[in-house]
Amino acid sequence: MSMLLEVTGLHASYGDFRVLHGLDFSVEKGGISTLLGANGAGKTTTLRALCGMIKRSGTIRFDGNDISGKATEDIVRMGVAHVPEGRGTFTGLTTEENLQCGAMTRSSRAEIARDLEQAYHWFPRLRERRNQQAGTLSGGEQQMLAIARALMLRPRLMLLDEPSFGLAPLIVQEMFSILRKVNQEEQVSMLIVEQNAGVVLELADTAYVLETGDIVMSGTAAEIRDNETIRAAYLGY
Amino acid sequence: MSVNTTTTADSPASATKGVSLPAPAAATGNAKIMRTAGVILLAIGVAAPFLSGNFLIFQLTMMMIYAIAILGLNILTGINGQFSLGHGAFYAVGAYTAAIMMDQFGVGYLWTLPMAGIICFMVGFLFGLPALRLDGVYLALATFALAVVTPQLFKLSPFEHWTSGVMGIVISKPDAPFGLPLNPDQWLYFLTFAIGLLAYVCARNLVGSRTGRALMAIRDNPIAARSMGVNTALFKSLAFGVSALYTGVAGALGAIVVQYISPDSFHFALSVALVVGLVVGGVGWLPGALFGGAFIMFVPNIAEELSKGLSGAVYGVIMILMMYAIPTGLGGLLKAALGALSKRSMTR
Amino acid sequence: MELLAQQLITGIATGGIYACMALAVVMIYQAIHHLNFAQGEMAMFSTFVAWQMLAWGVPYWLVIPLTVVISFAGGVAIERLVIRPLGDAPVLSHIVVFIGLFAIINSLAGFIWDFTIKPFPSPFGEGSQFGGLISNHQIGMIAVTMTVLVMLFLFFQYTRVGLAMRAAAENPASARLVGIRVGWMIALGWGMAAAIGAIAGILIAPIVFLEPNMMLSILLYGFAGAVLGGLTSPTGAVFGGFMVGIIENLAGTYIPVIGGELKLPIALFLIVTVLVFKPTGLFGRTVVQRV
Repeated sequence: MSMLLEVTGLHASYGDFRVLHGLDFSVEKGGISTLLGANGAGKTTTLRALCGMIKRSGTIRFDGNDISGKATEDIVRMGVAHVPEGRGTFTGLTTEENLQCGAMTRSSRAEIARDLEQAYHWFPRLRERRNQQAGTLSGGEQQMLAIARALMLRPRLMLLDEPSFGLAPLIVQEMFSILRKVNQEEQVSMLIVEQNAGVVLELADTAYVLETGDIVMSGTAAEIRDNETIRAAYLGY
Repeated sequence: MSVNTTTTADSPASATKGVSLPAPAAATGNAKIMRTAGVILLAIGVAAPFLSGNFLIFQLTMMMIYAIAILGLNILTGINGQFSLGHGAFYAVGAYTAAIMMDQFGVGYLWTLPMAGIICFMVGFLFGLPALRLDGVYLALATFALAVVTPQLFKLSPFEHWTSGVMGIVISKPDAPFGLPLNPDQWLYFLTFAIGLLAYVCARNLVGSRTGRALMAIRDNPIAARSMGVNTALFKSLAFGVSALYTGVAGALGAIVVQYISPDSFHFALSVALVVGLVVGGVGWLPGALFGGAFIMFVPNIAEELSKGLSGAVYGVIMILMMYAIPTGLGGLLKAALGALSKRSMTR
Repeated sequence: MELLAQQLITGIATGGIYACMALAVVMIYQAIHHLNFAQGEMAMFSTFVAWQMLAWGVPYWLVIPLTVVISFAGGVAIERLVIRPLGDAPVLSHIVVFIGLFAIINSLAGFIWDFTIKPFPSPFGEGSQFGGLISNHQIGMIAVTMTVLVMLFLFFQYTRVGLAMRAAAENPASARLVGIRVGWMIALGWGMAAAIGAIAGILIAPIVFLEPNMMLSILLYGFAGAVLGGLTSPTGAVFGGFMVGIIENLAGTYIPVIGGELKLPIALFLIVTVLVFKPTGLFGRTVVQRV
């Protein structure tokens, strides 16, 4: 199986403060990988580093292309959609405007319109709120909006930063089942960063465990899920 | 991990982070350097009036006066984190207080200084009250408006009886007291020098005191400060008052030294110059006030030398280049330099 | 009654100018979270450029679009060359740069065109309508400002670039994540603000006469309008500008103490009062501060 995203020796720092110490991980074409770990492990930093939002070094290959030195806007244009920590919604814009922003780099009006309809199909609740200011949506709805916005890019790879954060379990289940469908039907590969290991390990193929800037464990999701020592030591359940 | 909606550009904390000397380990080394520099500066300061012509003495005196004004602004902005683009207003109040007292009430010039200080303190404190509701850019705007409007305020007809409106007030230059062998310019120089020194020492003590720490706590994190029991409102207004006091005394001195004031002497360019001097010297770094005063006193002259017709443009270019080179002013530069020195000495 | 009508019209006419300046200031503020204190000077310089072209015999209908284009380019250039290099420098350092810009533009204008007051012809002629109730120029002022404001509204609400600019201003990090080139959006914002300022300058010059210091008080009124409406709301800023124009004229006419000499302090009073009672302006959104 070929790799859509291949990362070797990823280092990242905030100013002089080293946060990531040489990570190696990958995402298969059409696959879902997950990065697990507690608070402060460096999960968000990893996603930011991939998108060029912070100072980083190492090799990052996306579909065979080296993106280690590229700017965020250019990485996005290659088909990488990042759903950031805190959702990054444009709270002052309407729901529909948020979705249109997701398609900002695309040119075909007709296709964008079609994808807009598809987004409302995945997330019917957003259709009800299409002209509402995004800031007035509930947490769950904003998360749906963030994912939908990312999908408007027609991305090849989606990076999700703690999508379950602050959401009720039922909503989380709903959201992850949509992600599964998106992955299967639209062939969107995903790298999901999560604290809620239980839920994401049901979805992912491959899992990595991150602890203070180092990957301490990697394997298939099933392996990690069934390994009681790992679960107890790193995932707390 | 909710979305943080404050931006660093709006919060005074990051804008006016105090410039303090580096880590304790190297502090004694740095303190020695600073102390030696201070002593040398003092020596030069005392000798200067005897080695210069009267006009240069006048300019040096004005430089120190601006430095005192900037010191006041630094207390408000650098230490307490409240912007003011309108400090020229307090300078003007101090100047007019002194001038009116001397001109209309025949008060001796020395007495006008504390009077100007007290009145400006009250005016500053009163202005600080509505300012409590304003932060960052809004306070900058309100004080900018104050600066633009200042000349108008002193031209108002109801006050003309005292201010003589556009005609201004002329003051006679005082002679050196006790028959000291100093000409009037030299005497005023030393008077300003002494007051400047006193002002600096007081400011230093203020910053090092509990009050100073409270002021800085308010600057860095007002909400946390309040939750720790600091009476934010009182301290912020006090900061305004003290700041206005300093600048007002400078204004009074300025009136005496220049011997003539009119509403247009306090054009908004003065307020703006004080801010420039503050930033160039180093926001939050008290000694920087002297460098700031020198900058706004002499660089415009240099600009005029370079190009008579475009002096303003040259001055503007120099200002902008300074900001690219040392955005945190001389204070920030020294902090970085001393920090680098101490790092090197520690690794040796 | 006629006096009231006249003052209202004058208020709306000049209010339109203040609305333009307020809008320019808010546009830049939303993009970079700094106040462009040199906005007025840029507008003044553009007006001088227009004057120069008129002096050279270029027809009026050509001068205005030319000036707008030149101003746009100038705004973009200033953002790229002067403001961009500052990066994350502290707010006060930015303020000093704006002051420097102010000084440069003001001095340059004085140097090239000197400080004598020059009359500036109105593109709408000298006549008046309805028996002197409203001058042609005032009609023109109101018409032009309304057109500009409506066009801008349509641009921001219904075009892709407008949406991109709004997104970039609101949340630059998220904007990058959808591929928006935030740097270009900021430059675009500066260009547009400069162009709006140019139009405002050309419209007000026939009334206040052309000289390098003409825009300082206008800018202050613009700030007052922006504050009144709320720095986070372009529509609010426009409304605020009109309000300031009306208040300034009515207060100046009907409140005896406030004659010509207190007109400017009114702006200060307005700003401070609004800020004290409603810090984010009439239409601004309150920003939640977390410790």
